[in-house]
Amino acid sequence: MGDAEPLVRWDWIGRNWPDIQGLLVDHVIMAILPVLLGLLVALPLGLASARWRVLYQPTVSLMNVVYSLPSLAVFIVLIPLTGLANRATVIIPLTFYSLAVLIPAVVDGLGSVPAHVSQSAVAMGFGPMRRLIQVDLPIAVPVVLAGLRVATVSSISLVSVGALIGRGGLGYLFIDGWQRQFSTPILVGIVLVVVLAVLADGLLVLAQRLLTPWARARRTA
Amino acid sequence: MNWLFDFFGDAANWSGSGGIPVRVLEHVEFSVIALLFAMLIAIPLGLLIGHTGRGAVVVVVAANAARALPTLGLVVLIVLLVGVGTTWPVLVPLVALAVPPILVNTYEGIRGVDDDLRDAAYGMGLRGRQVLLRVLVPVALPLILLGLRIAAIQVVATATVAAYVGLGGLGRFIIDGLATKDFPSTIGGAVLVAALALVVQLGFALLQRLVVSPGVSGRAQAR
Repeated sequence: MGDAEPLVRWDWIGRNWPDIQGLLVDHVIMAILPVLLGLLVALPLGLASARWRVLYQPTVSLMNVVYSLPSLAVFIVLIPLTGLANRATVIIPLTFYSLAVLIPAVVDGLGSVPAHVSQSAVAMGFGPMRRLIQVDLPIAVPVVLAGLRVATVSSISLVSVGALIGRGGLGYLFIDGWQRQFSTPILVGIVLVVVLAVLADGLLVLAQRLLTPWARARRTA
Repeated sequence: MNWLFDFFGDAANWSGSGGIPVRVLEHVEFSVIALLFAMLIAIPLGLLIGHTGRGAVVVVVAANAARALPTLGLVVLIVLLVGVGTTWPVLVPLVALAVPPILVNTYEGIRGVDDDLRDAAYGMGLRGRQVLLRVLVPVALPLILLGLRIAAIQVVATATVAAYVGLGGLGRFIIDGLATKDFPSTIGGAVLVAALALVVQLGFALLQRLVVSPGVSGRAQAR
């Protein structure tokens, strides 16, 4: 890189914007889908572990093991099954990471429901299903959403590692920049990944405000 | 499974500067140094904002945003700007990766200590610093250790990307294997990293048993 080479070449960004947009869309799909799938699976599993406590320890231990597997390693082990540069190769491991964060969050969230609240619901004649949906789950929302925020942000960041196996959304810009010894794509990639994560995190914070109106009422009271 | 046998069964993979023992040591070295730097930054800061409550919101928001920094991008950017040769271009992104979980967990741990307990400590005549070190830190220790464990595992797993810019560590087997279509090497490297991460996981579980006061852990609690 010569002395005259600027850190960012704005004209490069302008010329390549359509490509960058494509990578961005790919990145969002590969980052969000695992979190949604993870939540879909974590809710029933978390409910089961919260109800039958014997399930809790084994589930959490298993999830800890899953969480300690390096993403790049799992991508590679999956390649023979799903194929190189395939979206699924990235989405499947990231789903398991989301699960590892979300299952404990669901269990802890349900655990945060005060006993007297559950008892009141029972005393008011709520059946188990109605109690779960109208009382327990809403109270669990803050803890579950805290887990969802961690899962979402790390998923958005981890997708870029997929670039090493040929499918990493914005991560492609890191490889491209490195191979051409050209800093602009790398910076664009980093900035877009962080912006994406901050936006997603902001949306989840907003969701939490909308889903738990009582928390705000208490603060202003 | 044949791939594993090809890789681990080959005596050439066990000796020399590119052998498994050397690569494991390099990997552990990166990870330990990065973790130590991260601890030096995150633990005092976490204790400070947890204890005084000042600047907490800003620090926690910044830490959460830092979680999003893609390590691969940072590594290639730094190496591109300062050149290869030293290890610190890899250390910076790894430290950036390790600080948020340690910082946030330390802060949450200290802040989450029961107010009654805190009041009781002051009531017994302890000063601010004594309350922090003798009461708040021991009670917050499980959460602090959880943060350290998450950070350590992420660092061990992510240090593999160092190999992409030509540095050592277990990532070499993975990246070189991918480049030369040597699948046994790639899978073998992946298995080694996973095994190292599991060792870290077990090590922390053991450490937790040793250093957390039984009165705090209750031994039956999940975390």
